[in-house]
Amino acid sequence: VEPYSTIADIKSLVHKSSAKALRDGDVLQNLPVGTSATMYFRDLGPQLGWTMVFLAEYMGPLFTYLMFYLRLPYIYPHPHAFTSSPLTVVTLACACHTCHYVKRLVETIFVHRFSHGTMPLRTILRNCVYYWGFSAWLAYYINHPLYSPPSYGDLQVNYAFALFVLCEVGNFSIHLTLNSLRGEGTKCRKIPSPTKNPFTWLFFFVSCPNYTYEVGAWLGFSIMTQCLPVAVYTVLGFIQMSIWARGKHRAYTREFKAYPGLRMAIIPLVL
Amino acid sequence: MVSSEEDGGAAEEKETNNRRRNRGAVATAWLTFYNIAMTAGWLVLAITMMRFYLQKGTNRGLYRSIARTLKFFQTAALVEVGHCAIGIVRTSVIVTGVQVCSRIFMVWFVTNSIRQVQSEESVVLFLVVWTVTEISRYSYYTFNLLHHLPYFIKWARYNFFIILYPLGVVGELMTIYAALPVVRRTAMYSLRLPNKYNVSFDYYYFLIIAMLSYIPLFPQLYFHMLRQRRKVLHGEVIVEKDD
Repeated sequence: VEPYSTIADIKSLVHKSSAKALRDGDVLQNLPVGTSATMYFRDLGPQLGWTMVFLAEYMGPLFTYLMFYLRLPYIYPHPHAFTSSPLTVVTLACACHTCHYVKRLVETIFVHRFSHGTMPLRTILRNCVYYWGFSAWLAYYINHPLYSPPSYGDLQVNYAFALFVLCEVGNFSIHLTLNSLRGEGTKCRKIPSPTKNPFTWLFFFVSCPNYTYEVGAWLGFSIMTQCLPVAVYTVLGFIQMSIWARGKHRAYTREFKAYPGLRMAIIPLVL
Repeated sequence: MVSSEEDGGAAEEKETNNRRRNRGAVATAWLTFYNIAMTAGWLVLAITMMRFYLQKGTNRGLYRSIARTLKFFQTAALVEVGHCAIGIVRTSVIVTGVQVCSRIFMVWFVTNSIRQVQSEESVVLFLVVWTVTEISRYSYYTFNLLHHLPYFIKWARYNFFIILYPLGVVGELMTIYAALPVVRRTAMYSLRLPNKYNVSFDYYYFLIIAMLSYIPLFPQLYFHMLRQRRKVLHGEVIVEKDD
C-alpha cells in the first residue's frame, strides 16, 4: 500500500478488521513506524452492528410478553387459552412493559449514536437469551390465571405506576441530553450537565442518571406487579448497571479535571 | 462435578514464581495451611470410607458414616472463591464459584436432603472420584507452595482426571436421576401458585435442568483440563482462541 493510504483503506482490503489500537482516521505516513511496518490483525469473529444488536435484543421481550398476555395456546392450562384477565393491573403491566420496549426501540433507531461499530455474535446470543428468557419468565407469572394482585391493592398499583412513568420520562430525557452533548463529527468531550428539564437535575447527584432512572422504572414495575421474578430481574439489572455506571464515573473523573465532586455513579450520595 | 481448577494452579514454573513474589508471606502461609488441611481432610474421608467398606462389606450406611466430614470439608471449599476474589490465587472467581457451587449443590441439596439416594452405588462412585481428585489436587497445591513438587503428584493431578472426570459425572448424574421420583412424589423444595409473590418453583424440573446443564458444561471443563495437561506436562504452547 502507498504511504499516504489511511488505515481505513487498508481495513477495506482485509475482510476482517481488528484495529482496536489504531483508528480509522490515522494516516500511515504519520504513524511512528519505519519504512516497513508490521501490522497485526485480529479476527474478532462474526460481528453485528450496534443497531441490529439492540433491535434483536428488544424485539424479543416485546413480542414474548404479548404472547403471554394474549394467552396463546399451550402456555397455560387448556381452558385459559385466549382468555384475558379481569384485573386492571395485568393490562396496565402489559402496557408498561410494551411501552418500555417500544421506547427502547425508538431510542435505538432515532436517538442513540453508537461509537464502536460492532458486537461479537456470541455476546449477542447470550444477551438475547437473557432478555428474552427473563421477559418470558416474568410474563408467564403476571399473565397467569392464578396471578394474585398486589397486597395493598389499587394504592400500591397507582403509586408504583406513577414511579414507573416518571422514571421512564426521566430516562428518555437523559438520553436526549446525552445525545445533544455529542455534536456531529466534533471530537470534543463535554461534561454531561443538568439542563432546564427538571428530570436532568439528577445530573447534580449522579454521573449516570439514565441507569438510575432505569432501575427506578423496574422498581416501580416490580412493586406494581408484586412479582418476585420481576424483582430478581431488577436486582440483576441494578448490579450490571452499577458496574457500568462506576466505570463511566471513573472515566469521567479521569478525563475532566473540574468534575463535580458531589456526583456519585448511580445512586445519589451512596454509590 | 469433578473439580477442574484453575489456570493459576496449572501455571508454568516461572509464572508461579512471579505470583509468589507478589503474594505476601501471610497469604502464602495461609494458603499452605489451607491446602495441607484440605489434603488431610480428604485423606481422612478416604480412609474412613475404606475402613467402613472393609469392615461392613456393603455401601449401606457408608454415606451416613462420612456425611459430617464430607459436608465440612466440601463446604470449606467456599473459601477458595474468596482466595480468587482477593487475588491471592490467580483464577477466575466465576470458574471457581461454579465448581464449588456444583459440589455444594450435590452434597447439601441432593445427597443430604434426599435420604433415599444415600444408599445408591452411584453415591459411592462420585465420592471415590471426588476423594481421589481432591487429594491429588490439594497435595499438588501444597507441594507447589512449598517449592518441592514431586513429579508423580503433578503426573497424578494431570492424568487421573482423564478417567475420573467422566466417572464422576456418571456418578453424579445417576444420583440425581435416582432422586427424581422421590422429589416428584414429595414435591420437595417446591412452591405452587397462587401465592403472594407470584412465583413458582418446581424442584423436580430444576433437577432435570441441572442434569441437562452437564451437557454443555462438562466438555468445556474436560477440554480445558486436557489443554492444561498438554501445557504443563508436555510444555506445548497452546494458542488460545480469544473472544
